[in-house]
Parts: sequence; C-alpha cells; structure tokens
Amino acid sequence: MTELLKVVGLTREYPGVRANDDVSFSIGTGEVHALLGENGAGKSTLVKMIYGLEKPDAGFMKLRGGSYAPQNPQAARAAGVAMVFQHFSLFEALNVAENVALGMENPPKMRELAASIREVSENYGLPLDPDRIVGDLSAGERQRVEIIRCLLQDPKLLIMDEPTSVLTPQEVEILFKTLRKLQSEGTSILYISHKLEEIRALCDGATILRLGKVVGDCDPKVTTARAMAEMMVGQTLHVPSREGGETGEVLLEVKSLNFAPANPFGTKLKNVSLTLRAGEVLGIGGVAGNGQDELLSVLSGEARTGKGAVMFEGQDVSHLGPNARRKIGILAAPEERLGHAAAPNMSLTENAALTATIRKKLSKNNFLNWKKTEDFAREVIKTFDVRTPGPGSAARSLSGGNLQKFVIGREVLQEPKILVVNQPTWGVDASAAADIRQALLDLAARGAGLVVISQDLDELMEISDHFAALNEGTLTAPRPAKGLTVDEIGLMMGGAHDMEVAEL
Amino acid sequence: MITFVKRPEPSKVWTIATPILAVVLTMILGGLLFAAMGKDPVAAIRTIFWDPLFNEQFAAYSRPQLLVKAGPLILIAIGLSLGFKAGIWNIGAEGQYIIGAITGASVGLALYPLDAWWIFPLMVIAGALGGFLWAMIPALLKTKFNTNEILVSLMLVYVAEQILASAALGFLRNPEGNGFPGSRNLSQIPAMSNPELITGTGAHWGVVAAFASVVAAYVLINKHMLGFQIRLTGESPRAARFAGVKDKLLVVFCLGAAGALAGLAGLFEVTGPAGQISIDFGAGYGFTAIIVAFLGRLNPIGILLAGLLLALTFIGGELAQFMLGLPSAAIQVFQGMLLMILLAMDILVNYRVMLVKKEAS
Repeated sequence: MTELLKVVGLTREYPGVRANDDVSFSIGTGEVHALLGENGAGKSTLVKMIYGLEKPDAGFMKLRGGSYAPQNPQAARAAGVAMVFQHFSLFEALNVAENVALGMENPPKMRELAASIREVSENYGLPLDPDRIVGDLSAGERQRVEIIRCLLQDPKLLIMDEPTSVLTPQEVEILFKTLRKLQSEGTSILYISHKLEEIRALCDGATILRLGKVVGDCDPKVTTARAMAEMMVGQTLHVPSREGGETGEVLLEVKSLNFAPANPFGTKLKNVSLTLRAGEVLGIGGVAGNGQDELLSVLSGEARTGKGAVMFEGQDVSHLGPNARRKIGILAAPEERLGHAAAPNMSLTENAALTATIRKKLSKNNFLNWKKTEDFAREVIKTFDVRTPGPGSAARSLSGGNLQKFVIGREVLQEPKILVVNQPTWGVDASAAADIRQALLDLAARGAGLVVISQDLDELMEISDHFAALNEGTLTAPRPAKGLTVDEIGLMMGGAHDMEVAEL
Repeated sequence: MITFVKRPEPSKVWTIATPILAVVLTMILGGLLFAAMGKDPVAAIRTIFWDPLFNEQFAAYSRPQLLVKAGPLILIAIGLSLGFKAGIWNIGAEGQYIIGAITGASVGLALYPLDAWWIFPLMVIAGALGGFLWAMIPALLKTKFNTNEILVSLMLVYVAEQILASAALGFLRNPEGNGFPGSRNLSQIPAMSNPELITGTGAHWGVVAAFASVVAAYVLINKHMLGFQIRLTGESPRAARFAGVKDKLLVVFCLGAAGALAGLAGLFEVTGPAGQISIDFGAGYGFTAIIVAFLGRLNPIGILLAGLLLALTFIGGELAQFMLGLPSAAIQVFQGMLLMILLAMDILVNYRVMLVKKEAS
C-alpha cells in the first residue's frame, strides 16, 4: 500500500491550550483510517489543518510524496482532499442540485449537474433525487447531499467527521457499503468517530489522540473496543448499570397529542401518547429531525398544546409555561447547547440562573441573589466535573462536552420529578458520557421519571426501561427495552425511510 | 502581518480601556486635522475639551450647559438601552420626546392660570404617559401583527413633528403672543416651570431624573430578574423562551419604558431650557441618544459618561467655532471621528491583535 498523506510533527497552539502537540501519522492509498479521541483531544484541529481551515504552528504534511500546505479549503479541494462535516451546511429552502452547485467553484449547468448527481449517487448506492428540496430531507439524506458534493470532486482523500451520529442502523450499513466501494476504487478515507464498534467494522488502521498527542496506533480489526476506549481515555471505563428498581405511580401522561410547530421546517407531532412512571427511564430513539425538538418543547412548556394533552400527576399542565412547569418539577435539557440550553456569551453563573431560579430559590421579590446563584453554579461545576476556570467563564468558552455536563448537571441538581433530555451525551467523551448516564440513572433511582431522547441506540439500550421511537412525528408504542434486537429497533424507527440500497 | 484572533470571552480590561484610548486617539488625529487647516492643534483641542469647563471667561456660561445638554441625552439613552439590550430597536425616541412635551404642556396650559403645587408633578406624569402611549403604537403593532418596530417607530417621529407644528400654530398657541407661533413660555409660569435647582450647575429636574434613571437601570439590569430576562433575550431569544421569558410582554415593557423616559425628557425640556412648545422644539436629542446608548455600550454608567462626553464636544465645538473660527463642518468631522474611532476600537474587546511573520509560500 503506497502512502497518500503523511503528517509529521504537526503542532497547533491556541491561547492557553496546545490543541495538537507533535502529531504524526500516515494514511495509505485506499486505506480507511480512524482518528479516535475524546472531546478536546485535538481531532477537529488536526482535520482542520489537513483541510486548510487552520495552519500548523510547526510540522509539515506530504501528499503523494509532494509537500502539502493548503492555505484554504479551496486549495485542499484542488489537491484532492474533501471533507464531510458533522454539521451540515445546507440551505433548506433550496433543492439538492442547487445546494451542490453552491459548494462548487465552477458549477456546470443545472441540468448537467443534476444528471451527474444522479449518476454518482446511483454508482455509490446513495440514491438521491437532485430536484428535492433539502428542507424535506431526513438527516441521513442530507448527509448524502454532502457526501455527493464531495464525490463530484473525485477526491483522493475523504475526511468524515462523525458521519453515523445521525443515521439509523440500516442507514449506517448503506453508508459503509458506499465507503467500502470508494476504498476499493483507491480513495482513502479519514474516519472520525466515537463509536468503536463501527471503527472495528470499517477501518484498517487507527490513530488514537489524547490531550493533543498521539498515544497509540492500532489495527482496529484485531483490537477490542474496550482496549481502544481505554487507550483513548487513559483509564479504565466505568460502565453504568441499570439497577432495575420497581417503577412507581404514573407521573406524566401524554394523550393523543397533536402539535404543529411555528417553524415551517419543523416536524408536526401526530397523535403522540406516552406514560411515564416514577423511577422509569423512557428512551426515545429515532433519526434526528423526526420530532425530537418538538416533543421536548411540548413537554418543557416552551410550546403550549390543546387542553388535556399533557397531564402531570393527574393535573392538566398543557397550558403552563416553562417556569410554571419547573415549579411543579418538570425540567428539561434541550439538545442545542449554545443558544437554547445556554446563552453563549453569558457566564456560567448567569446560565445557572437561566433555569434554576425557581427550584433553587435564587431570587427574592424578583431580585436575583447572585451570590447564591454562583454557589449553585460552583456546585454544578464540582459535582459534574466541568472543566472550566470558574463560574465566571462564558458558556461559549467551554468545550461542547463540558458545557453539556454543565447543562445536564444544572437540571439534575434541581431534583426534578420529571426530567426530559434530548441528546444528553452528544459530543461528550466516553468517560464523561458514562458519568452523565450514571447521574441520570441515580436520579431515576431517587424516584424521578426520565424521558431520554437520543440518537445513540447503545446509550438508550443501556439506560432505558422502556423504548419507543419517533418517526415523522409519530411515536411508536413503548416496549420494554430488555431483549429488543437491533432489527426490531430499526423497524420501530421506520426502517431506512424508503432509502433502500440501490443495486450495485 | 497583523491578524486578529477571537478571544474566548470579551476582555474586561479592554472594555474599560478602549473608550479612553479612543478619546486620546481622536485628540491626536483631530489635532492633525486642525493643524492641516492652519489652526493651532493644541489650542483647538483645549477649546473643545478644556475651556467649556475651566476657562474663566466662558465657563460660567458653558459649564451649566453641559448638564442641560447631557440630561435629556442620558435620560433617553437609558430607556433606549433597555430595548437595545433585548434586541428591540426603538429608534423613534425623538417622536416620543416630542409627544411627551406636548401632552405635558397641554395638561399644564389647560389649567392656566391656576397656581397650585401639584400642577408640575401632574405635568410630569402626563409627559411620561404621552411618551409611553406613543411608544405603545409600535409595541402593539409588533406584538399583534409582527410589524417591524424600527420602521414604525421611525415613521412616527415624522407624525409627531407634524403634531408639534400643529400644536405650536394651533391649539397650544399663546393667545397673548401677537399671532407668533409657539405656546406660552412655561418656564416663566411658576407652577409649571422646571428651574435650575442649584445656581450655576445647570441641574434641573430632568438632570435629577437622568441620574436617577442611571441608578435604576443599573439595579434593574444587574440585580433584577426583568433585567436578566432583557439581557438573555438579546443574547439568545430561544434560550430566553426556554427560561420562561414572555417575549411579547418584554417588547411592551422595553418600548414603554423607553417611551416614558423620552416623554419625561421632553417635558423637562419644554418646561425648562426650551421654555415653550415651538415648531423647532425637536432638537434631535432622540436621535443623538441612540449614539449615546451605543457609545456607552448599553451600560448605564457608560451611558452617563457618553452623554457627558457628547454634550462636551457639542459645547466645545460651538466654542471652537466662534473662538477660533473653525468651520462647523470641521467640528462635525471631529465629532464623527470620535464616534468612528470608538466603535472601531471595539474590535480590541473581542479580538486580540497578533503580529504574524509573513510565511513563505
């Protein structure tokens, strides 16, 4: 196998942190290479340098033997390096072909482009209609748009940042077939993921980063997931376990709830019913964009629904706003950390006041007690091991995983009767994710009812008593989580949304 | 090569240091400008910044002017800053200021020639109420029909100016004024006047109200739940809704408070320094206050200082015009320079400047 990209001694420093420290590794032609590491380990910085978004302070790269120092992403693309980002940059109101054209330097005529999109998408088993509006596409289909945008450039190296986090198991299989086909044609793939089983199934080599340094290389095919995780974390993993306590009386009842969000690209909730008992963890799976945000908003009180749709301890709470619900013990932690669960430019103390004033009695006669609020913020930081200089730091200065710990901790420490969380461990490293799950399970053990909305099925299987799935705004009947197979879960999630594998 | 690197959070040191640095830089660049025009730069800068306060010859007249000019600017800017913090853009303060003056003056003149202690307080209430109601028009249109408050509040300024003209020529015209436009001189009527409270300072009730509003806004923004909600809404509307902020009520509060304070400023002006309702009563305080609010970084203390600084350059600028014969255009360029430099220096608060060696390509 000849060497495609060689990275030697790359170092990148930000004020106060060395994101990459003397990182070296190489990718062979046609190799699928994994980049593994906790949050803040420096994976993003590394791929940004490869893709020309950042410049290294020291070290150099070689592409096919020649020197490679992209000044910007355009230069990287010209050299044959393409990247699929974790967060899509697509315009919802435009169609697929228009979105693809916007990412090209010299887009061909629309008709030719549509034809080549069709051809490439069928060649690689990713069927996609170039005329469809992106706003109507599922997250998996949107990712296809991004992938096809890259494939049209005929890349030599494709970088994928956590590509499976938004996919159903079936969609993951389709994606893997595509990636294997690309590999067989000689395209190299740099694959970033937290999901160790996937890496074992797909990748030929892996480089493991911790705190900006390379801590090891391994062949994922012969290394156990546990061994890789321990290299990544640098300590033995703590796996939470469900105590399996008896669940108590009914806390929350949602009865045939219908809800149309104000956002035209939101998902309508259709005839959603669920029951939640004290001490129960109800896991809700489903591909992103199938009504998760909307379900959280009707439970948190941000959106009001028809009379009698949401009942708490036998009382109708459908008309109550977020603070009235907090008062009686219904708390929520939304998925979007910056801008929804927390205000980016405000300090952690102020962000503690965002949801905790009522239950923690942080205000008197509507005057905030900042001393008490700061103490509460400190308590959250300490209990949940949030890595930050202190409660005065702005929320946006925290890494995603640390802010997530803060957001979850803020709600858990208020001792809710019901806690609704969406994607509680999204982008959080393995050890912190285990801590968050344990905190959620402890809360349930103390008698709270939990609704955990997540796209990480392993996580849901680990902590849920009951499992249900959201599919285009409808919720399946909850089933006991114990004994569910991956196929059954896939079916509950609505299969692969008519996205069959094209015949290769 | 100079590059700017975003700071993880705004620098506290630079937030305070940039305005001072900006004033110094403006003095230097302004001095160069005046020198290029053949004037003594040191004398020009001293005339603008020093003489209005400390020159033995002029200070007796110009020192009180400082508070007279700064008072309404601060009072209006404080009100505007609440809305601006929450992302509610009321730029019709000039209209609210005019309407406040008209309603206040109307209530007083309706009672003329009655002489009672409660007339002036009643006029103050009427002035605040007038400004409040005028601001309720954009507020209700926004909450009911989702109209743009920028356009509505701005357009209402021109409506208010027409009402002002009609008041000065019609229903408020002084019956003993020999047919000249303009109302009775309120500052000459003891029950309705807003006199200088301490001789030689220029401080009238409007200045007292301005200082009180600075303190009240400081407490509201930093200690009170409502102030927290205002800041939160400006930072992130979605997080604010999650925190239980009733966004429509907040629009009504922010526009209403700004309108009431602008109305108050109008009332204190018409009963004091201006003295009467006249066609040219609207002197642009409502628009200048927008600059004051941003210059003060929407911070009550900052607004206090910005109001005083702007008032000083107005007075000093006038002084330089007739003392040194500087053209008024040059003074306006100087004032514009001050604003531009202040806003441009903002980059230092959020970014750090780094010198990078040009790398070999």
